[in-house]
Amino acid sequence: MKIDIILCGVGGMGALSSAAIISKAALEMGMYMKQAETHGMSQRGGDVQSHLRLSDEPIASDLIPEGQCDLILSVEPMEALRYVNFLNKKSGWIITDSNPFVNIPNYPDMAEVEKEINKIPNHIFHDFTKIAKEIGNPKGVNMVVLGAASKYLKIDIEKLEAAVRNNFAKKGEEIVDANIKALRAGREVADKQL
Amino acid sequence: MDKLLLLGDEAIAQAAIDAGLSGVFAYPGTPSTEITEYIQDSKQAKELGIRSTWSCNEKTAMESAIGMSYAGKRAMFCCKHVGMNVAADPFMNSAITGANGGLVYIAADDPSMHSSQDEQDSRQYADFALIPCLEPSNQQEAYDMVHYAFDMSEKYHTPVMIRVTTRLAHSRAGVVRRESVKTQNALTLPADKRQYILLPVNAKRHYKTLIAKQADLMCESENHGFNRLIEGTDKKLGIVACGLSYNYLMENFPGGKCPYSVLKVSQYPMPEKLLQKIYDESDELLVLEEGQPIYERLIKGLLKNNKAIHGRLDGTIQRDGELSPNSVAKAVGIEVEGGFEIPSVVAPRPPKLCDGCPHRDSYLALNEAMKDFGDSRVFSDIGCYTLGALPPFNAIYSTVDMGASITMAKGAAEADLKPTVAVIGDSTFTHSGMTGLLDCCVDNIPVTVLILDNDITAMTGSQRSSATGRIESICAGIGVEPAHIRVISPLAKNLEENVKIIKEEIAYKGVSVIIPRRDCIVWANKKRKMLKK
Repeated sequence: MKIDIILCGVGGMGALSSAAIISKAALEMGMYMKQAETHGMSQRGGDVQSHLRLSDEPIASDLIPEGQCDLILSVEPMEALRYVNFLNKKSGWIITDSNPFVNIPNYPDMAEVEKEINKIPNHIFHDFTKIAKEIGNPKGVNMVVLGAASKYLKIDIEKLEAAVRNNFAKKGEEIVDANIKALRAGREVADKQL
Repeated sequence: MDKLLLLGDEAIAQAAIDAGLSGVFAYPGTPSTEITEYIQDSKQAKELGIRSTWSCNEKTAMESAIGMSYAGKRAMFCCKHVGMNVAADPFMNSAITGANGGLVYIAADDPSMHSSQDEQDSRQYADFALIPCLEPSNQQEAYDMVHYAFDMSEKYHTPVMIRVTTRLAHSRAGVVRRESVKTQNALTLPADKRQYILLPVNAKRHYKTLIAKQADLMCESENHGFNRLIEGTDKKLGIVACGLSYNYLMENFPGGKCPYSVLKVSQYPMPEKLLQKIYDESDELLVLEEGQPIYERLIKGLLKNNKAIHGRLDGTIQRDGELSPNSVAKAVGIEVEGGFEIPSVVAPRPPKLCDGCPHRDSYLALNEAMKDFGDSRVFSDIGCYTLGALPPFNAIYSTVDMGASITMAKGAAEADLKPTVAVIGDSTFTHSGMTGLLDCCVDNIPVTVLILDNDITAMTGSQRSSATGRIESICAGIGVEPAHIRVISPLAKNLEENVKIIKEEIAYKGVSVIIPRRDCIVWANKKRKMLKK
């Protein structure tokens, strides 16, 4: 088994945390993994992305080749489109939150963005932010998106939960619980509706 | 042992701890910062008493590392590629003195300039100084190489460079640690008391020793280290794959079944015998280098060879920027079916100053104070505040290197551009701004310097700033008149008063310093959370 994922969003939205969590879970399962990410200046409200590669066999490149990405997991719709050159044309999926994060003056018309996402054959364009708000964790959109994606990742949800615990342990029990709740809520919506 | 999930940077740090490190010396800089941070946060490093606080710049950091090596202990220096320029003086001369305790320099290069002002290749420095250089292709190799580098440094009494690039520095993978941790070296002074006295009489002798060492270093490269020649069946092409480029090459041949001979180079000096072998056996050569085409050029030589040598110089690979699996695929003639075309609605999203950032208020005040003088008079520096060059502020007109704001403003003022203003951060000021300010005071040049004090080195993620609590006394000590060292509070409510103060100091015909002081908003939040705990 081999899966290549691009996680993306805007600096501060938690895309890199999601990447770290999947990595930890995958390593726990004895898989080979490589995860390349953006640090530094771009984290100040710019676009951020992480290339995450999981496999049963050793992985050569830290970067995913263009046209080979299986899944783009995004917490922001326009950001999901930024990396479609990496997406596998036949089998690649986009899973993205539907709410634009507008911090630039020339953010495109949302109808145009949605139209472009609809052109990708396999996509889930969903209001995950609403779910995060409903469970009282508006900052946990990344975890809701990750929970929804877990249905398609070949990683046990228990392993992901353990990785969430491990990742946020330093920030205290309250934050850990809130993020696990968000992860479960995302999975639930994927199981029921998507 | 279990695998640890580590960034390339963290693998280097953990390896150094396990290899008996006594101290790490560094100034923060992307993509090298996480090495030192990992050691600072490591419980193991604390228990072992490894020193790890930040230095005020790369030169002071490297010199301290050289001092620790002088005392017989294992020392590591880390910087981003341009930090090598700041440390170039001690760097070059430390090759002449040689090392006592193991001395390892980590240079983290940033091809494609993700977070940098150029894409210089630090392998050039290693070659320049005649010291060995290691270039890991993955995290495990990075871990293993640090051990090897310290051993080699002590065996051959030379500093050793390890060169990584952004993709490895900031990419995670599972790493297996060594079972045992090496004990730190005891304090041992150099056997030869003249080793570190670089008077010409000694330096001439040491330089001959350094040149003589090259044969041993070449022997390590050919036979004992991290280079290997993998013979292929198709002799049409031979591929020299340096560092990370080996991964991109192998990505295109599932199961590692590359039909061509591959010389995997992860250690320099370039192994000449292995290189000669692959050259002799192949019809043509392709040289893959992450960074500048240094070895492609050397292999090509100045004159035409009999055989074609492909790489960045003949356009087989793009001349600048990082390599990728796709660019390497193209270079070896493999057709790749790409993904979708990126739709034109996707707008660039450049980084920007955070909401609530004190620099925003400083720039609003500065722009208001400068509006009657016209554009192009504000020189700036390297840090978050460099983003003041972008809309909506468009407030600064230069960012060249650490500390250059003050000295460039001085030079422009001496060319009769008046008034001129310099904008520099607190940490950058103590890194390389202080000496420039001294030049201004000695020549009494009318320059107004804004030292934006946000209490932290912000751009690289909140590292301690050497400037904290010292700026006014430093400026006064350097010779700025105390009446013209003004502290302001960059808040919207103070805009009018701040504009007035900036205007007053611009009107002053000598050196003036204005210190807009308010915590970085990211740092302020971190501090609050730390206090809560």
